Amino acid sequence: MTDSKQLYQEVILDHNRKPRNWGTLADATHKAEGVNPLCGDHIHLTMKVEGDAVCAINFQGESCAICKASASMMTTAVKGKSRADAEQLVREFRDMATGKLDPQGGAHHLGRLTVFAGVRDLPTRVKCAILPWHTLHAAFNAIESTSTEAEGDPMHAPMGSGA
Amino acid sequence: MKRETAVMDAVRDGRRPAFDVARIRRDFPILDLRINGKPLVFLDNAASSQMPKPVMDRWVRYQSSEHANIHRAVHYLSEKATAEYEAARRKAQAFLNAKEEREIVFTSGTTDAINLVMHGYGRKFIGAGDEIILTTLEHHSNIVPWQMLAEEKGAKLRVVPIDDRGELLVEEYRKLFSARTKLVGVTHVSNALGTINPVREMIRIAREHGVPVLVDGAQAAPHLSVDVQDLDCDFYAFSGHKLCGPTGVGVLYGKAALLEQMQPFKGGGDMILSVTFEKTTYNTIPHKFEAGTPPIAAAITLGAAIDYLTAIGMARIAAHESTLLEYATEQLNRMPGIRLIGTAEKKAAVVSFLVEGVHPHDVGTLLNEDGVAVRTGHHCAQPVMQRFKVPATSRASFAFYNTLAEVDALVAGIRRVQKVFG
Repeated sequence: MTDSKQLYQEVILDHNRKPRNWGTLADATHKAEGVNPLCGDHIHLTMKVEGDAVCAINFQGESCAICKASASMMTTAVKGKSRADAEQLVREFRDMATGKLDPQGGAHHLGRLTVFAGVRDLPTRVKCAILPWHTLHAAFNAIESTSTEAEGDPMHAPMGSGA
Repeated sequence: MKRETAVMDAVRDGRRPAFDVARIRRDFPILDLRINGKPLVFLDNAASSQMPKPVMDRWVRYQSSEHANIHRAVHYLSEKATAEYEAARRKAQAFLNAKEEREIVFTSGTTDAINLVMHGYGRKFIGAGDEIILTTLEHHSNIVPWQMLAEEKGAKLRVVPIDDRGELLVEEYRKLFSARTKLVGVTHVSNALGTINPVREMIRIAREHGVPVLVDGAQAAPHLSVDVQDLDCDFYAFSGHKLCGPTGVGVLYGKAALLEQMQPFKGGGDMILSVTFEKTTYNTIPHKFEAGTPPIAAAITLGAAIDYLTAIGMARIAAHESTLLEYATEQLNRMPGIRLIGTAEKKAAVVSFLVEGVHPHDVGTLLNEDGVAVRTGHHCAQPVMQRFKVPATSRASFAFYNTLAEVDALVAGIRRVQKVFG
């Protein structure tokens, strides 16, 4: 069973206290809102995509520590990446958080994001960790707003086209 | 750690009767569970309560020597099961001090009971332009069925506001009545804030307007003595699993005259007197509202739970829980960075709180690591959360088998949360 030393590690607490890329881009080319209506987590994501690369990305919103830290680390991981690489990270993060991907296995590009692996033992918190990634996917696909409920529930529904 | 508080002084001085909670806890096997190697501190009783062994044993005894379907056959087991089921009905009647046993309907819970009233009373007597009064404190189960009815019929909902302490504004309630008011729905005790509402007074006001009142007693029946004749409510609902009984069963009390006028909710066997394809006549109350095979075992077990609570005494239960509430409130009020939501003068043992700078879900997750179970979220009371402009709170809710030491564990856990996030 996960204890706080595994989930609420210093890096997560740090990203919660001082979220990176916090704010709203004035010249965004892509944006989306992500909401978890059950707990009130709310993420507003803005991105500037030039060519095929994410050249700038910001987020803002009210959320729990897991969600905020996930969003902060996500923006750091995704900045500078191509859309394809970013979408792959979305899938890998979701699979890690739902226990389908073994972070020790090595066949992934998650890097420091593996710090969220512990959330797979806490089903009610999986949605908190995944919401920013859901929102990123929505932003890429010009979906204005997304949620972690119903069709968006990461535990029950495949996200996006599966491509 | 010394606990020099007014509460402890009073217990020591004998001004408060001691409650042998250690003896009672031995009846609850689940309280011996260890979570993450720590003793379970179960403070989520408003969501559901634990079942003592004597009540579990009643279920096993029923299945071992009494079970058959009821009301149907002339053989021994059927008559035995029927007798026990109807005896459970009388236990519920006595528990609520209802005038007649036929005023007790077994349902699958409080939500089911409210839906029964919506379909049985609401759909027959409430129409376009009519009004239903609810309160800001209602649980979704006493909001959504009325929204569904209002949408179907073109009726309107009017909502009693609360003040910043979480108390209903009775004068505002009075003003909501009109010639079109057809029903009042009010919770006896708020599950989110613990507020004990002045339902007796509210019912008296409704009576002046000739309006019936449905009281949601889910959070009240387990914690205080309820007398439906004294309250003069028209409907009262509660759930078995919130008072140490099983899930899947609850009780709807309704005044006989009202139940008789109502249309049935579910159709099927047992709720009829005779059936032909041309015409079917309905059974008398309460059977008119008990279609199909009821939750026989669960209802009988609920009867045993009522016996268990009654043997302890609702007044003693209320007194012990009041001690827990006082102590918990005292301790939390002393902690910097803790805000209590719901500070009504009269409260049940429910403490909703916020830890500054920490989302309730993070609070709950960390407390869980200490073995402390609280609930976090909107508690199926989103209007209350919106009124206080918070998306969620953490909620500790006590039962008679909780201890002052468990309050200490909660407090220590909250301190750790603040340290982790500090």
